[in-house]
Amino acid sequence: MTRNDNSMSISDGRSPAGTPAPGSGPLLELRGLSKSFGPVRALTAVDLEVPPGQVTALVGDNGAGKSSLIKTVSGLWSPDGGEIVWEGQAVKLHNPKDAEALGITTIYQDLALCDNLDIVQNMFLGHEALRHHMLDEPTMEIAARQTLTDLSVTTVRSIRQPVASLSGGQRQSVAVAKAVMSQAKLVIMDEPTAALGVAQTTMVLGLIKRLSGRGIAVMLISHNMNDVFEVADRIAVLYLGRLVSSGPATNYDRQSVVEWMTSGASGRAVGTGTAA
Amino acid sequence: MSTDTPAQSEPNEAVTTAPDDDAALSDEALIAAAPDVLANSIGDYFRAWGTRIRNGESGALPIIVGLIAIIIFFQIEQSSFLTAGNLVNLLVQAATYIMFGAAELFALLLSEIDLSVGFTGAVGAWVIAELIAAPVGLPWWVAIIGGLLATGFFGFLQGSLITRLGLPSFVVTLGGSLAMEGVMLELANVDKTAVGGVININTNSPIYKLVSTNMSTTLAWIVLVVGLALFAALTLSRARKRRAQGLTTPPLGITILTIAVTAVGGVVLVLICNANRGNLTPLRGVPWVVPFVVFVLLLWSWMLGRTRLGRYIYAIGANPEAARRAGINVARVRTIGFMLCSMTAGLAGLIYESRLGNMSVDFDGGTQVLFAVAAGVIGGASLFGGRGKPLHALLGGIVIAAVFNGLGLMGVSAAVTDIATAIVLIAAVTLDALVRRRSATLS
Repeated sequence: MTRNDNSMSISDGRSPAGTPAPGSGPLLELRGLSKSFGPVRALTAVDLEVPPGQVTALVGDNGAGKSSLIKTVSGLWSPDGGEIVWEGQAVKLHNPKDAEALGITTIYQDLALCDNLDIVQNMFLGHEALRHHMLDEPTMEIAARQTLTDLSVTTVRSIRQPVASLSGGQRQSVAVAKAVMSQAKLVIMDEPTAALGVAQTTMVLGLIKRLSGRGIAVMLISHNMNDVFEVADRIAVLYLGRLVSSGPATNYDRQSVVEWMTSGASGRAVGTGTAA
Repeated sequence: MSTDTPAQSEPNEAVTTAPDDDAALSDEALIAAAPDVLANSIGDYFRAWGTRIRNGESGALPIIVGLIAIIIFFQIEQSSFLTAGNLVNLLVQAATYIMFGAAELFALLLSEIDLSVGFTGAVGAWVIAELIAAPVGLPWWVAIIGGLLATGFFGFLQGSLITRLGLPSFVVTLGGSLAMEGVMLELANVDKTAVGGVININTNSPIYKLVSTNMSTTLAWIVLVVGLALFAALTLSRARKRRAQGLTTPPLGITILTIAVTAVGGVVLVLICNANRGNLTPLRGVPWVVPFVVFVLLLWSWMLGRTRLGRYIYAIGANPEAARRAGINVARVRTIGFMLCSMTAGLAGLIYESRLGNMSVDFDGGTQVLFAVAAGVIGGASLFGGRGKPLHALLGGIVIAAVFNGLGLMGVSAAVTDIATAIVLIAAVTLDALVRRRSATLS
């Protein structure tokens, strides 16, 4: 089984906040990305760098263009202008499959899990291991267990229990583990903690840290400043379709982020983020 | 893995609408969510089933209890109910319902409905009957392949309309049912030998003999013993291998219990069928239709449980969007589902004509559809997709046949029979709905 040899990073923690690993360029780079719907400009000349192994929080008020951005990066929409650069190469994403082939996995709020299937079945959905044209359950179960163990998802009682019987945080964990199984290099998570309580949120945030610890880049869309400052290495603020500020999380505090989000500007001294 | 985990079962809603779920459920309630994999011992397993029943999530259990109640009622009313002759008759009656139910199961699993299975089955039966009769005179197995091709093609047409054009299956198959009735009438019309819209099946044809002839008593025992030995060996060796690899395995007691229940069921079935049920001349043996139905159900169970196609059918039934995002060709799988539905309906038509010894335009496709859906739902498959097994069609078909058979023995009028069947069906659907509501409010 070779699906699970994702041992690209052995660092026991996170990369130092705000500094990409020396000698490696950004994993994903957006250059002047624009998207319009008739007269409505959803995205205007967005420039953004997403380094590997770091958590980039994408924040913004409702309608700021967060969803447009992730839909473009995940291949659902093609941009009208600008380019998407992946590992130094300009790429065209015609559909989500193109994005997934590159290693971009998006976890939407609905998680896309099948309640009637168990954890292993969900993790391998669409990529089942076969043996003699039949489902190879032992191989899948061993690989799934290994991935969950690597991610320290140990709270589920059995990996053969149906997803319907899992808590919200556990479901989120399964969705993340599924992304890891698919050899994702960038995992985009849309409001992963929106429906969760305190304990479950802690669990999911821990999972995000472990993902970046494995060298996987995470793009986190969130409204929750606690979450953002808990896990983000970098912060990017969208305002009315423009990227108004981005930089290492240490350059921001709660108030400056909120100011950027609500007015597209910040008078506070903390932020030295680059204005776009 | 740790057992002191906060977790609880959730309603089948998107996680975004789920309430804050930090509250921990008891271990007992968690095991009840999936006793097969979460129970550590056979005692745990039975306690979990107790919880499930109290929660109203009992799977096939109510239907077995209901079946026993029906049997006791009819036996008290009519002592001839539990005789070998009548029980074999009941089995043969059930065979058609079971097969129609297994057909409808494919549509139900995909969260769709196929209202055309009745007349599709009839067309399958007509095609087979025409192909073996003069002037065509093809061998029986070629005729069956012909019937399956015809019904499969029709399923492909319906499935394509539903999946490619995004039409509701309810409307497409309602129209399809009417179209198939027309095709059936036309087949009878074209064939000048089908006097009065009836085509007889040659009594020497295996198509006729499927229902009306029996396995020898010895053969039945041999088939049963070999089948059970294979089943036991496969199940036990699979469990042992999984245990050796450290994989999730149900407690050994459960595995043995499953084998034991299957064995007892098989032995009782063969004992009943092998008892003499003739009045003047001895008549004994398992009708060939019984192993035929068992074979088809096993085939579909294997397909649904062990192949990618089956996995995708369940996935699409529960969450088509998740399936699509997983890269599954949803339209193709759904079309195949409708084809399998129609082809299984063709096999149901085959059993139907074999039992009657002829095929007639009087075939009531509308009622058969109702029973097809009823067999699935009464047996425990969900109307809402993603839940159900061929075993459920088996149980549901037997219940419907038992009601019909028992009321027939009591000599009640057709009116009462219809109403009683309707009550059983609605009771089953009510149970399904109550179970869903109960489990939704509980979690």
